[in-house]
Amino acid sequence: MKFAVIVFPGSNCDVDMYHAIKDELGEEVEYVWHDEDNLDSFDGILLPGGFSYGDYLRTGAIARFSNVMNAIVKAAEEGKPVLGVCNGFQILLEAGLLPGAMRRNQDLKFICRPTELVVENNETYFSAAYEKGEVIQIPIAHGEGNYYCDEETLSLLEKNNQIVFKYNSNPNGSLSDIAGIMNEKGNVLGMMPHPERAVDAILGSADGLKLFKSIVKQWRLSTNVVTS
Amino acid sequence: MSLLLEPSPELVKSEKIYREMGLSDEEFALIESIIGRTPNYTETGLFSVMWSEHCSYKNSKPVLKKFPVTGEKVLQGPGEGAGIVDIGDNQAVVFKIESHNHPSAIEPYQGAATGVGGIIRDVFSMGARPIALLNSLRFGELTTPRVKYLFEEVVAGIAGYGNCIGIPTVGGEIQFDPSYEGNPLVNAMCVGLINHEDIKKGQATGVGNTVMYIGAKTGRDGIHGATFASEELSEDSDAKRPAVQVGDPFMEKLLLEACLELVNCDAMVGIQDMGAAGLTSSSAEMASKAGSGIEMNLDLVPQRETGMTGYEMMLSESQERMLIVVEKGREQEIQDIVDKYDLEAVAIGVVTDDKRLRLLHKGEVIADVPVDALAEDAPVYHKPSAEPAYFREFQAMEVEVPKVEDYNKALVDLLSQPTIASKEWVYDQYDYMVRTNTVVAPGSDAAVVRIRGTKKALAMTTDCNSRYLYLDPLVGGKIAVSEAARNIVCSGGEPLAITDNLNFGNPEKPEIFWQIEQAADGISEACRVLNAPVIGGNVSLYNETNGVAIYPTPVIGMVGLITDPSHITTQEFKQAGDLIYLIGEAKAEFGGSELQKLVYGKIFGQAPVLDLEIESERQTSLLSAIRAGVVASAHDLAEGGLAVALAESTFSAKGLGARVTVKGEALAELFSETQSRFLVSVKPENKERFEQLVAATLIGEVTSKEDVVIVNSEGNELINKPVEELRAAWKGAIPCLLNSKA
Repeated sequence: MKFAVIVFPGSNCDVDMYHAIKDELGEEVEYVWHDEDNLDSFDGILLPGGFSYGDYLRTGAIARFSNVMNAIVKAAEEGKPVLGVCNGFQILLEAGLLPGAMRRNQDLKFICRPTELVVENNETYFSAAYEKGEVIQIPIAHGEGNYYCDEETLSLLEKNNQIVFKYNSNPNGSLSDIAGIMNEKGNVLGMMPHPERAVDAILGSADGLKLFKSIVKQWRLSTNVVTS
Repeated sequence: MSLLLEPSPELVKSEKIYREMGLSDEEFALIESIIGRTPNYTETGLFSVMWSEHCSYKNSKPVLKKFPVTGEKVLQGPGEGAGIVDIGDNQAVVFKIESHNHPSAIEPYQGAATGVGGIIRDVFSMGARPIALLNSLRFGELTTPRVKYLFEEVVAGIAGYGNCIGIPTVGGEIQFDPSYEGNPLVNAMCVGLINHEDIKKGQATGVGNTVMYIGAKTGRDGIHGATFASEELSEDSDAKRPAVQVGDPFMEKLLLEACLELVNCDAMVGIQDMGAAGLTSSSAEMASKAGSGIEMNLDLVPQRETGMTGYEMMLSESQERMLIVVEKGREQEIQDIVDKYDLEAVAIGVVTDDKRLRLLHKGEVIADVPVDALAEDAPVYHKPSAEPAYFREFQAMEVEVPKVEDYNKALVDLLSQPTIASKEWVYDQYDYMVRTNTVVAPGSDAAVVRIRGTKKALAMTTDCNSRYLYLDPLVGGKIAVSEAARNIVCSGGEPLAITDNLNFGNPEKPEIFWQIEQAADGISEACRVLNAPVIGGNVSLYNETNGVAIYPTPVIGMVGLITDPSHITTQEFKQAGDLIYLIGEAKAEFGGSELQKLVYGKIFGQAPVLDLEIESERQTSLLSAIRAGVVASAHDLAEGGLAVALAESTFSAKGLGARVTVKGEALAELFSETQSRFLVSVKPENKERFEQLVAATLIGEVTSKEDVVIVNSEGNELINKPVEELRAAWKGAIPCLLNSKA
């Protein structure tokens, strides 16, 4: 499986994502600069964390007008897995690929710490390798991770099982403890915690690796179905 | 606006306008004699910043000469953007510490943020990839609204810059003391990684080569920042607010990535950050180091504001700018590289052979002075030095042992002192994990950052107990280096070298200059014995408010090499049943201790004794035991002595406590700050091997009962407290102080 790590000016978790895929997952991966307009040769799209365009105007608000966003929308429409982490999640929200918006953390401070997540839905492209209800340790590092949406959207997210991860102990005021959500089709996931930072026990946790393994497994199943 | 006419050279002289820029009458006369005429306003400005203490070290040079600066692994000592040490496999570590004290006292968020930005540029201008940030902070007691504001904003500024640019802030230290009330200290350290062949220097070589400008445009911010940094703070200092620069970490991220791509382009022959004294220092120093000159046309300098004068452009300290020298005719190659980051490389001058800095603006030569005069010829002052009266009094005092009735309460109180208390409130705001190499996060003795693709890792720390330095700067200087080395060793590393940030008061006062000399002697001696040369640093003098100096605070930033991941060691206990050893014996030493401060509300008497030979022996034997794989945890004894160290070793351990027995006098055993001591835990099966390698006393064991228990030789309990209660006091202290109404 071949992944693209999208790099915007100001992305800074691109290297971490790249190494998680290459060194720990053992799959193919390439950096793709934000002005690229074709992602056809990739099987999975990863939007890393960081401060694209310095978070100026609003997190993700400028990056979403990048050339590469058209190609990302196309990939999403084709059903390819698209994962946005932290600033990547914020960009997916701005681009309208996921519903809702981010507010500043409840206490108005940047928070960096290991957090416990609960796997709410394990029947997805991104979480099949986890048990439902499994508590996993994945760190957060953000100033604006306080997820918000209107009541109608929340009830739809709940009804369609689009909430994939929740915080065990809410660090930022996020609505309904939401840590990660997917689109209705189930191939676009946005999450504030950083699974790419939890792929090696020497750094404190390897619980994030299963997320990437889930993607690869689902992709293999889907391509086998197509080819056989 | 600047359409105002600048004063004529005659007026600069007759009205002594140079004094406002920080030059003395004698210095102005010296400039006249060097250049053979009266300098004009712009030239006077160039000299004033280049001859400021911040840029010229004119007051500290005689002291800095004492430092050992060479070693077999040192590839670059002081004098460049940052020092460099070989770590094998063609790799080297690059690091430096720098202060941003005065800007942070006036505008704490931007002052701290641009301090971080500046030290990062020092590292990547050497061609190195910055991999970690540390800091060392000092504030007054967390009791007044002003101090709380400074503390919160400085932390937010450090976080704002480091988090955005994506370099992990992995460690540091913070102390609180009334002497910093009006003059906080903000020292930032950056550590980078480089391959030997990529090392770049700030030299303007090759006559005819092109001088190019990359990065943010030049504005009027920070004009005379270096001069401001070389004055005492006073009630008028708020009026200097325009001298504080504003940071843009996003621009710096682009500049960082662009410069690291330029390192691979052989068209670039030299690079230097436009830091303190901006365009002036970068151009003059690059030319002076290469024995060349530079001519620049200031009309070509990218400008953020209209109508800027040459004086303003040359003295601006606008952030996120680099000056590079490029082989003539290959300018387009540079532009092609920086294009990707939407940056412009603008040719603004040429390298000449006449050793002069010549500036053109609007068709006129507005300055023409020898580069060496700016960069090398600043006067060097041998300031008078005098032993302060307080020191004599302290030395003559009898040892006074603080009276403590309830040891349990004393321990809880010590753990609640902000200097000892958990700094989680602070590092929770720093992204300490980005780049996914941080193996030991903030909170242990030293931070550990692995080097991807190798078995190596780097241990790094900042340290300085300024109370000991106040009581005795010579011993305090030795202790600062020794403590840094202890932290490195406890993490499994071997000290490589240090960078120092000499924060002191006004050197024109003989008692202050004495402190500087003594501290430098202590640091030098410790560096020699512990084999950790000084590879660079920064001097910040005039740290006084309304005539009162800070405690002498020479912050030591140290980096050590860990050769195998299995050597990485942390302070927390690992398993019930592990044996607890103490290396070193307590003496009744309370001068400058946390207990003394707690009981008397002040410090006095003698600093703890330090024997560098014993220090070195113990560090070497502990490191050999760690490398032999027989040490489960290691922690140095610092503020608060054994009782605090024992409690700290239980805080991150999950579900463990400790029970130890002490043989000597209770108060000294529990809280004395006798130096060169370590608390180590060892698995029972490694007992014999450990005891062969290290001279240590077995004092107890790690327990599954979550209590900290210390008993005397009769078996009477001196301390018995649940870990949870101690941890709560330790963790809650700083948030509690910040939330309480002053």
